[in-house]
Amino acid sequence: MSIRIRTKNQGSKTAVKVLIRHPMETGLRKDKSGATIPVHFIREVDCTHNSITVFKAIWGVAVSKNPFVSFVVNQVSRGDNITVSWVDNLGQSDSKSVTV
Amino acid sequence: MNTITRRKFIASTAGCSLAGLFLPGNYAWAQWPTQAFGGKDITSVIEKLYGSSKMEDSAAITIKAPDIAENGAVVPVSIKTKLTGVESVSILVDENPNPLAAQFLISPGNSGDVATRIKLAKKSKVTAVVKANGKLYTNSRFIKVTLGGCGGPG
Repeated sequence: MSIRIRTKNQGSKTAVKVLIRHPMETGLRKDKSGATIPVHFIREVDCTHNSITVFKAIWGVAVSKNPFVSFVVNQVSRGDNITVSWVDNLGQSDSKSVTV
Repeated sequence: MNTITRRKFIASTAGCSLAGLFLPGNYAWAQWPTQAFGGKDITSVIEKLYGSSKMEDSAAITIKAPDIAENGAVVPVSIKTKLTGVESVSILVDENPNPLAAQFLISPGNSGDVATRIKLAKKSKVTAVVKANGKLYTNSRFIKVTLGGCGGPG
C-alpha cells in the first residue's frame, strides 16, 4: 500500500492530488467459490499542511479501488510540509509526508 | 459468591475481543457517520449526515462527470462550487445500495473544489450536497453506466 502526493500551485491556491493503493472492497462481491469477499475500505483520509489539518475525506465503500482524490488548499510555499494519512475499517493505516 | 469460573471468564473475554475485531463499529470510530453510510434512501441519509434535509438547488455547484461511464467501478467525478464559506461537500449516488459515497470536510477559507473516483452500481442520479455558511445547497446530474460497479450490467 502506498500513497502518492502531487502538488501544483495555481495562483494563490495549491491543488493537491492524492493516489492511494487500497482494495476498497464493498463486502458485496463474491469470489469464484461464492464466498463473500470481506468488506475492507478506507474510512478517513486526513491532509495536514505544516501540521494543521486542511482537508478531511470521509469515505464509504463506494469510493473506487486505489482511490484518487484531489482538492484545493490555500497556497503552499516551498519547503512546506504536506502529510496525508488514512485509516481503514480494519484499523490499518498509512501516512506519507512530502516537502514541497 | 463469585460464580464466574476461570474457564468461563476466559471464554467471555475471548468473545469480547472477537466482537471487537469483527465489529469495529460505533465506539472506536465515533467520528465516522455509520448511520449515514448505512442509510438506504437519499433524504434520510442527508438528514442523518447534516441533521436536516432542507436544501436549496444551486447552479453555483457544478458536477463534472462523464454522461456515460464505461466502467461503473471507476467513475471520475469532480465537484466545483462558486459558493463561499464551504464547510463540507458530499457525493451521493441514488441507485447505489448505500447512497452516500463520500463526504469531504473543507477547512475555513478553502474552496470546495474536490475530485475523486466512485463506484456506480447502475445508471443513476449523482447528487452533490454542499454545506456553506450553515446552509445546504445541492445539484445533481445523471450518469449512465455501461458496466455496473458490482459486476453486473447497469
